Amino acid sequence: MITISALTKRYGDLTAVDDVSFTARPGRVTGFLGPNGAGKSTTLRILTGLAEATSGTAEVLGRRFADLPNPGREVGVLLDASAQHAGRTGRESLVLAQRTLGLPAARVSETLDRVGLTPKEAKRRVGNYSLGMRQRLGVATALIGEPQVLILDEPANGLDPAGIRWMRDLLRGFADDGGTVLLSSHLLAEIETIADDIVVIGGGRVVAGGPKAELLAGVGTLVRADDVGALTAALEAAGQTASPTDDGAVLTDADLAGAGRAAFSAGVPVTELRAADGVGLEETFLALTAPTQRDAGGTRPPVSSHAPTTTGAVA
Amino acid sequence: MSTPDRTAQIPFRRLVDVELRKLADTRSALWLLVSIALIAVGAVAVLVLFAPFQATYADLANAVAYPLGLLVPMVGLLSITSEWSQRGALTTFTLVPRRGRVIAAKAACVAGLTVVATALTFGLAACGALLSAAAEGTAAVWNLSWADHLYLFTFQAIGVAVGFTLGAILRRSSVALVGYLMFALVVPSLSSQLALGVEWWGAAAPWLDLTHAQYALLGATVTGEQWTQLGITAALWIAVPFALGLWQLRRVEIR
Repeated sequence: MITISALTKRYGDLTAVDDVSFTARPGRVTGFLGPNGAGKSTTLRILTGLAEATSGTAEVLGRRFADLPNPGREVGVLLDASAQHAGRTGRESLVLAQRTLGLPAARVSETLDRVGLTPKEAKRRVGNYSLGMRQRLGVATALIGEPQVLILDEPANGLDPAGIRWMRDLLRGFADDGGTVLLSSHLLAEIETIADDIVVIGGGRVVAGGPKAELLAGVGTLVRADDVGALTAALEAAGQTASPTDDGAVLTDADLAGAGRAAFSAGVPVTELRAADGVGLEETFLALTAPTQRDAGGTRPPVSSHAPTTTGAVA
Repeated sequence: MSTPDRTAQIPFRRLVDVELRKLADTRSALWLLVSIALIAVGAVAVLVLFAPFQATYADLANAVAYPLGLLVPMVGLLSITSEWSQRGALTTFTLVPRRGRVIAAKAACVAGLTVVATALTFGLAACGALLSAAAEGTAAVWNLSWADHLYLFTFQAIGVAVGFTLGAILRRSSVALVGYLMFALVVPSLSSQLALGVEWWGAAAPWLDLTHAQYALLGATVTGEQWTQLGITAALWIAVPFALGLWQLRRVEIR
């Protein structure tokens, strides 16, 4: 269980994290999604005691991270796979963690095995590792204490497709066993395939959050008809939004039934009617974060109904 | 070894054990230690083989103490800075968020290393004195008192404390090493140059210049005034900066 409430971090005039609140629950994978520079890493650094908050609190298992007596036994952390001494062997890096945590020596080989690093690879120096191997070593360091909570910053960086699949299965299994997983990413697809709950952050603020299913539902419906103009008019006449997409469909905030009825009562034959998931969430993500992104052109788009106004975005 | 309780505090000895490993678990760290030992052996060998006189125990101890006094502090300095330069701090301080404990464990290891280095100094000097005497066909000259041994250890300990302090303040290997060499080599010579020309500095230097006060320990006797000077300069250049460095190190954001 991770509870972040009203967390704010300022560096001089810059507010990197602005009143962020959310909860990551046991048994679920919580995806922390946002473009680069949105405040994800700063939030995770405060959560793990590497940085101090300007105000607000961040707690793991009901305590400040720094107050955990032996944090590695309760919380597995991987913030940056590159942040490992290049001159140590992979095994030695893990031995340091094993000894710090006071674990049996046998745990080192077991954990190396678990993350798929061979004994031969473990004898090499970390400086010679690929980013993917460093990620595996970082995950090993996080897992060796058999924690109940995992906090990972961009864990899929540098992994090949098989590695990403492996990471996904590992995190899924961890959550299914009752663990809490919080992972950040700037890639929607990555979060979408694994997360149960999603917290979207942009410009230091949480701009949307909730169970993935609800976020997808909130995105609306995609309707296609031969006569796009008539369909748009029909939806708008029914009091719903209607925005044509590039490929001749119409996105609306109506649910499936509402969109179908509106088209039917206007006598517009519908050729396709489905939840606007996938593409929709991506558009939501881009839209939600657009005002904070470098590439932002337009105005701030309407935020979904799940935009948090109070604490506990992932309620 | 059984797995201890999940929520038991990490005992200090375990932190010391880990920090001790870190002093020698990379190639560069290991080679630094090996080179220090080789240089110590070399210093004795040169004096025994090539000195045109019989090398006494004191001659040899001093010959080893100078290079070690310069090099051992670097180990202390690097024990802190390598965490930042190699970014291991991220892992170290998420496993042990109470940073002061990690620094204390490092200090304990470096203190132990200083004891070992001093013991090595005396051990090698004793071997050298016996060899030199054997070569000359005379008796070895044991010309260091117990107090002298203690002074020489204090001399080494002050140097190591300077290195450790610079590491805690600067936290970057390159910057801290340059700072250390400035402090250990450049500043003392500038200070003595200045003392020759500027009268008031000549009078003030012993009270402000740590290296000056430190070298008094290698003299024939150490007066009460020299002890006072050593205490003042050590407070000025070690205790106060270290306290500030530690205060900052415990708060700084680790990236």
